[in-house]
Amino acid sequence: MAYDKGITFPFAGIWKGMWATLKALFRKPPTVFYPEVKEVPAPRARGVISLDTDACTVCMLCARECPDWCIYIEGHKEEVPPSKPGGRPRSRAKLDRFDIDFALCMYCGICVEVCPFDALFWSPEYEYSEYAISEMLHPKERLTEWLRTVPEPPALES
Amino acid sequence: MNFWLLLLVEVVVILVVMLVGALVTIYAELKISAHMQSRIGPYYAGGKWGWAQPAADGLKFMQKEDLVPAAADHTVFRLAPYIVIMSALAVWVVIPFGPDLVVRDLDLGVFFVLAVSSLSTLGVLMAGWASANKYSLLGGLRAAAQLIAYELPLLLAVVAVVVQAGTMSLNGIVAAQAQTWFTVGGIEISAPFLLKGQIIGFVIFMVAAVAELSRIPFDMPIAESELTMGYLTEYSGIRFTMFFLGEYASMVAISAIAATMYLGGYWVPGLPESTLNAVGPFVLLAKVAFLVFLLIWFRWTWPRLREDQLQDLAWRWLIPLGLLNIVLAGIFKVVL
Repeated sequence: MAYDKGITFPFAGIWKGMWATLKALFRKPPTVFYPEVKEVPAPRARGVISLDTDACTVCMLCARECPDWCIYIEGHKEEVPPSKPGGRPRSRAKLDRFDIDFALCMYCGICVEVCPFDALFWSPEYEYSEYAISEMLHPKERLTEWLRTVPEPPALES
Repeated sequence: MNFWLLLLVEVVVILVVMLVGALVTIYAELKISAHMQSRIGPYYAGGKWGWAQPAADGLKFMQKEDLVPAAADHTVFRLAPYIVIMSALAVWVVIPFGPDLVVRDLDLGVFFVLAVSSLSTLGVLMAGWASANKYSLLGGLRAAAQLIAYELPLLLAVVAVVVQAGTMSLNGIVAAQAQTWFTVGGIEISAPFLLKGQIIGFVIFMVAAVAELSRIPFDMPIAESELTMGYLTEYSGIRFTMFFLGEYASMVAISAIAATMYLGGYWVPGLPESTLNAVGPFVLLAKVAFLVFLLIWFRWTWPRLREDQLQDLAWRWLIPLGLLNIVLAGIFKVVL
């Protein structure tokens, strides 16, 4: 039979399996005793999404691209006085609300990819579990706090 | 000593051996299975390495409500766990821990063992029938089919040992293995039956024993992915604990039988006869521990067989092999 190729003596699979479990028995398990010992995630791990409110232009691209619709954005327009005398006043979008519901988020990173103004970043932090699911909705103040944990971008390729 | 007092002592000792054996086996299974899957397993219960996990589990089960389904056959449903645990317990009556350390050295010891250990399947069938649950019933019937299929190879493997030993008493079988096999340059060589041509018999016995215990790869009566939990589906609390304990106790018991019949029981080459009563129990326990480890190892390595593959293996391979083994044992006995 085709799937028997490579098996040279009877019951080879049985003994191979036994050998595999026996080897695993004497190997040290890779377990990390989490609350006492903390695992160090990879520097670019997708732990939590942080927000740079200054860079955000309330363009809503992230909210619209989000497959889970877990980003909530509200904003309004503001009149900005002219920068030079004699100019006309400009209108500017102002961010009122930027919430990410991490109970819904599936950590795909599309929002980070799609942001045209580099306002969203991945942070490797992962310890933000909550007792109530509603607490998983991080408002923009909390998202801004994560910004401190964002690693420096990698150096440019020469 | 007073007969009844001696009986009481014996019963208590056997009970303690069975319970401790079952708990240690459960712990071994938890830990070994964990490490075979690159896990740690129980770690915090009892402070060090989770040694108290089986006891803690038992205490937890005892606090649970003892549910009996409304449609169940109450008497049979309540009785089934006792039968399973009793069959595991009764096997220990004839297992010799030393030349004199045996509760009753029956002349028909092997017969008694086989008769009593198959009672546990009756308990399983009762549990499956009485639960008024389709999964339980299917599990119970599968267990019955499995018993019929695997009792025969078990029996045939044992018959070969009986032929070779010339006795059905378990103590006599150990004594037959301790006898001098042949002498080389004045040194008397004796060997357990495993090395005296019973390798096929031992393999058949172990395969059939795994099936009798309905452990993976022969766990069709439980088969979580097909039958929820088979005959155990409707059991909870203390009755579930009894099934659980019974399962592990019979694992230890059947390993003790295999150790006695094929690995020399309490006897080990080079040990003088006079020390056997003191050292014998530990020798037997070491052999039992090895066989139990083997059973655990099988369970966490192999996948479950299909029902037809199980029947196929028993009727088409193990039974003819067992018959051949008897013939070989007979020839061996007559010629040598």
